[in-house]
Amino acid sequence: MLSKKQLFTRGMLDISPHMLSVIPFGIICGAIGVELGFNPYLVYAMSFIIFGGASQIVFLQLLSGGASSLVAVTSVGIINSRHLLYGAVLSEYLEKLSFIKKLLISYVIVDQGFAESNKFFKKNKSEEYLHYHLIGTGCTMWVCWQIATLSGIILGSFVPEELGLKFAIPLTFIAIVVQDLKKIDHVIVMITCGLSSLLFFDAPFKSYIIISPVIALFVASLLLRLKK
Amino acid sequence: MTLVSIIFAGILTYFTRMTMVALISRDMLGDKVKAVLEYVPSAVFPAIIFPGIFINDYGTFIEINDPKIFGALVAVIVGYFSKNIIATILAGLVSYWFLIFVIFS
Repeated sequence: MLSKKQLFTRGMLDISPHMLSVIPFGIICGAIGVELGFNPYLVYAMSFIIFGGASQIVFLQLLSGGASSLVAVTSVGIINSRHLLYGAVLSEYLEKLSFIKKLLISYVIVDQGFAESNKFFKKNKSEEYLHYHLIGTGCTMWVCWQIATLSGIILGSFVPEELGLKFAIPLTFIAIVVQDLKKIDHVIVMITCGLSSLLFFDAPFKSYIIISPVIALFVASLLLRLKK
Repeated sequence: MTLVSIIFAGILTYFTRMTMVALISRDMLGDKVKAVLEYVPSAVFPAIIFPGIFINDYGTFIEINDPKIFGALVAVIVGYFSKNIIATILAGLVSYWFLIFVIFS
């Protein structure tokens, strides 16, 4: 049985490699906000209040492009709706927690943290304080995101644009799913999701980000039926 | 004005994170649903990966010889065999940089 501190540390260690892509992306996010002419305090407030990388950039780009606040807010909601799926997966492991603890822990659920903690949870179902792993991944992400966006806001885009570091984001997610390429059913689900995301890329409010997982999960349910 | 929008966007985002964790109990999800939920990482992350590779900053498709495709392939191969996140990201980035700075420059 691992202690709370050991689980928290394990969570920190499991997510830290992803900071290689998260930190440059955070710097870019902060710098873009200021470049688009927004008040630096507001740009930072987003990292604290919204705390969701891609959705923050889209929000600022929409507003600066003349979109209404309603459109910008709706887009953020739709882009982040994928968290509903993460929550559904994690709920199984967090159900013993009190309601207040569930409310608090929810704030730090992010893509990479969900991915790494979910992998850990599957292998260590019997651990009593499992949620400390999720707190570890989430808090590491939170601290790095705040520091990275703040440095982007203060120092501007000191990451040279020619390096194309935004490309590190798809790479970090490749690292997350690449081992599942061993399983043919997962490969089919991934390709369905990926192709759908390209097909629906121009759908309103960036909704491809939730449309394609829904299609892919439908295909997954068909595959499960075939397996039986 | 913008601050109010940010707060609304934040509340909405928080609800997407909290709803399923706090308001759904395990009994409400049947075994079939749980089996499908096993596929969530494979069903969600390609929607971030594919557009990140195949669609450029202007929202249009890249050319078939775009260095990102090569970088992503290298990352997949290195990631598959190394099982190492840092190696995967670096392999993808370095091979991408090699193409844009050395070969295509």
